[in-house]
Amino acid sequence: MSTLAAPFKDWFATRGWALHPHQSALLARAQDPATLLIAPTGGGKTLAGFLPSLLELADGNHKGLHTLYVSPLKALAADIRRNLENPVAEMALPIRIEDRTGDTPHSRRQRQRADPPHILLTTPESLALLLSYEDAPRIFAGLQRVIVDEIHALAESKRGDQLMLCLARLQGLAPGLRRLGLSATVEDPDGLARYLAIGEAPCHVVQADPGPDPDIRILDTETPPPWNGAGAHYAIPEVLEAVRAARTTLIFINTRAQAELFFRALWMANDGDLPIGLHHGSLSREARDRVETAMLAGKLRAIVCTGTLDLGIDWGDVDLVIQIGAPKNIKRLVQRIGRANHRYNAPSRALLVPANRFEVVECRAALEAALARELDGEPRGPGPQDVLCQQILITACAGAFDADALFAECRKAGPYRALPRADFDACLQFCATGGYALRAYDRWQRLLQRADGTWALRDPRAARAIRMNLGTIVDTETLAVRLKNRRGGAPLGEVEEAFAATLVPGDTFLIGGEVVTYDRLRELTVEVTRESHRKPKIAVFSGSKFATSTILSHRVLAKLQQADWPDLPAHTADWLRLQREISAMPRPDRLLVESFEADQRHFTCFYGFAGRNALQTLGLLLSQRMEKAGLNPLGFVSTDYALLTWGLEPVTDPAPLLARDGMIEGLDTWLAENAVMKKSFRSVATIAGLIERNLPGRRKSGRQATFSSDILYDTLRKYDPGHLLLRLTRTEAMTGLVDFERIEEMLARIDGKIDHITAPHVTPLAAPLLLEIGKVPIRGEAQERLLAEEAERMMREAGLV
Amino acid sequence: MRTYDFTLADARLTALSSGALWWSEAGILCVSDLHFGKSGRLARRAGNMLPPYENRETLERLEADILTRNPETIICLGDSFDDLYAFEEMDEADRLWLTCLMAGRQWVWIEGNHDPGPVDIGGTHLAQFRAGPLVFRHIADPDASGEVSGHFHPKAGLRGIRRPCFLLDGRRLILPAYGTYTGGLRSDTGVLSELMGKDAIAILTGNNVQPMPMPR
Repeated sequence: MSTLAAPFKDWFATRGWALHPHQSALLARAQDPATLLIAPTGGGKTLAGFLPSLLELADGNHKGLHTLYVSPLKALAADIRRNLENPVAEMALPIRIEDRTGDTPHSRRQRQRADPPHILLTTPESLALLLSYEDAPRIFAGLQRVIVDEIHALAESKRGDQLMLCLARLQGLAPGLRRLGLSATVEDPDGLARYLAIGEAPCHVVQADPGPDPDIRILDTETPPPWNGAGAHYAIPEVLEAVRAARTTLIFINTRAQAELFFRALWMANDGDLPIGLHHGSLSREARDRVETAMLAGKLRAIVCTGTLDLGIDWGDVDLVIQIGAPKNIKRLVQRIGRANHRYNAPSRALLVPANRFEVVECRAALEAALARELDGEPRGPGPQDVLCQQILITACAGAFDADALFAECRKAGPYRALPRADFDACLQFCATGGYALRAYDRWQRLLQRADGTWALRDPRAARAIRMNLGTIVDTETLAVRLKNRRGGAPLGEVEEAFAATLVPGDTFLIGGEVVTYDRLRELTVEVTRESHRKPKIAVFSGSKFATSTILSHRVLAKLQQADWPDLPAHTADWLRLQREISAMPRPDRLLVESFEADQRHFTCFYGFAGRNALQTLGLLLSQRMEKAGLNPLGFVSTDYALLTWGLEPVTDPAPLLARDGMIEGLDTWLAENAVMKKSFRSVATIAGLIERNLPGRRKSGRQATFSSDILYDTLRKYDPGHLLLRLTRTEAMTGLVDFERIEEMLARIDGKIDHITAPHVTPLAAPLLLEIGKVPIRGEAQERLLAEEAERMMREAGLV
Repeated sequence: MRTYDFTLADARLTALSSGALWWSEAGILCVSDLHFGKSGRLARRAGNMLPPYENRETLERLEADILTRNPETIICLGDSFDDLYAFEEMDEADRLWLTCLMAGRQWVWIEGNHDPGPVDIGGTHLAQFRAGPLVFRHIADPDASGEVSGHFHPKAGLRGIRRPCFLLDGRRLILPAYGTYTGGLRSDTGVLSELMGKDAIAILTGNNVQPMPMPR
């Protein structure tokens, strides 16, 4: 405590508080150029971060901006401001604190530029916008510290890459700037420190006491989990019981659609009228605010939520976290569990609810990993170049720049430390001329190199469009859902445009926990009527599908090697024993392939344990090869652990199907045509500034002038296949939705060792996949035929033929 | 199917899957809303620099239709050029390509809202064109009949599939946009629902042509 000045010492003393060791450690390191603090939630992390700033500002001598705080959530910026204002007021410190996000009124934002506060709380996007103004050097000239909150979350997306580029820019404007990252528990603290570091300079990691081991269990249920599915509705009675026994519970579910379904099922069974809320990203802002307010006021006993509540406001009262469905990723599980019991040094309580029989094994493996504190995480690749393109454009908005200086600056950002000059030049070329093989824009370049060698916008009016397009979050296009004839009222929520397009009048679906009937689409609004007595015909609007992480997959495989499974419920242990008896157990260093016949189809199951995205891709590749080999494949399904294919002919030798040679080429042909690529292209092209994002209010569904980015993708592919954005799209798809990396990991792991077993009938492990078959949507030729049939039927009904 | 035959004001017409209209008896091929030079216009206005290949993509498809049908007359139903500078700025090779396609044929450029004046290229520039029982103009006149027009870039479909389409009722035909960089207006938008009669059909284009009752 001796390091604290008088008002701080007294303030701590009146509360009976003492500095946590990590808070002292940060104070001692306050002059370091970069520091990373790793602490569990509730560890006084925020105060630890701001304490050095408050101390430095206490004498009232600093003029202008001193500390910049950046968080991934707008709500967090406002919440932290309120929390900071208390001690500042109580100690009567001469410090002005303000937040600045997309929600801040225009007049205040103008004022903040002219007269910045001492402490400004903002988001990566708002910071990027500030840096695009010509007066950025003046605003940031006196900046001393920058605090990046939830840096573990930012580092998982392009928002973090953009932020690191912005910090490199800030470092140029304020050379003495010191940075501090605040992170939850991560698998690779040193990697995250290198991400945050200034160039090659060191970044010290301060580790707070991680606290006691969490109390994690698998929920005991009367009904065993079903063979397949992701709903976990079998566990509703026990989940309600657990909610009743706890003070406040967060119920995490992996997708929005499942959250809707589970919430509805909970309500149906909720005889005791427990107040339970629903929170996910498709609900309207108003609906989410209502739930958050009720939660803060202690009026809710539970919230069913998705990743939207992974970060954010501390709810000290949460004493139980329930994870529905396998967590897929140990790190996320640990961070979610940390949401319970925010009091430091109290163990967090969590219950895992496997949604199906296989997930029992996965939940058990995840639980053991969490207790062993083994976390997963994919190694971070180099900073993406679409973000770099945007950074070049942002820089140009602020004024003319020198390419060499900007290149050197970008290399000071952790994710771009190894950026080759050629890649930078390609991005600059793209920003300036479009980077096309056909030099069509020589007269109308976006950036021009001036006589002094610096680059500047050809037409300063372009700055406005660039600023409007700023940021790296590319949302799926969504449409508001409203009750018919209540245009003024709050929307019920929103659905993805692609989902809305599949609806025909009379279709029923779930939104905000209620069943509604689709009536019509009117001016960007899906108009619906309430339909409480009917069952939802269509329950899903697409949620993101997480793939089980590599480390967790390996742990599951290891679990299957046990001689017996006394640690698993009897129903699951019996199932695994039966598999071992009838066929064999998948092994980590070999690939188990089973073939069997059912319903006159020849099925083959590949236990790849590579996650559902990679196994989906493998399914497409194997289908092509089976086609060539004359095996007449008909279809396939994949889960996180296996791929099941079926066809008219039996697979007698799976080895050639899995040969590494030519696999990537097969992928290329398939990739180019795939919707996954078009989706990735849209995101890359938006971030890089080729196409303008559709801002709410600016988009007119009726306008014939706007056309889909798919057309640009097809055109580029045909006439300029080597274009930068196509290269970036491919790289992104390969690691993301296509996940080819994990196919390679699997092939390396098994090293050609394949055990092919021909079983007399479906095997225990393959049975759940067989049950998934009916759920595969129809695409391609079959879709064309269905379209024609339905159109013809409609023509006949309308009497038009 | 690749084509769809129908009659309008007793003229026997064929909708092609490419989005072009073929009138075999009159030897007329009609396309609408080519929007040549769209990417160039956007770049000039300090907008985005889209892949500058839409002219040749459009020309490629137009050439294919011309080679298959060998028309005597070609009618471009307006908005052929994204603005009046578009032809000037066209790539030399593309300009030559277009000139070759025009050679030896009657070529009618109907004025559109994007290209209201004559463009410095051969052919006949007209506000509208009459041939037999039909009148060709850019924007539909609500009182007209036997009319072929473009402008709206109509789109329709079902179950999440949307395709550029012809809209047809007893009085008029609206063509889909033929140009590469063109979006679409859903047929259930007010203006199209009002314009088209109750018995209207949408003829979807793309890999196949597929008639269906016009969604409204």
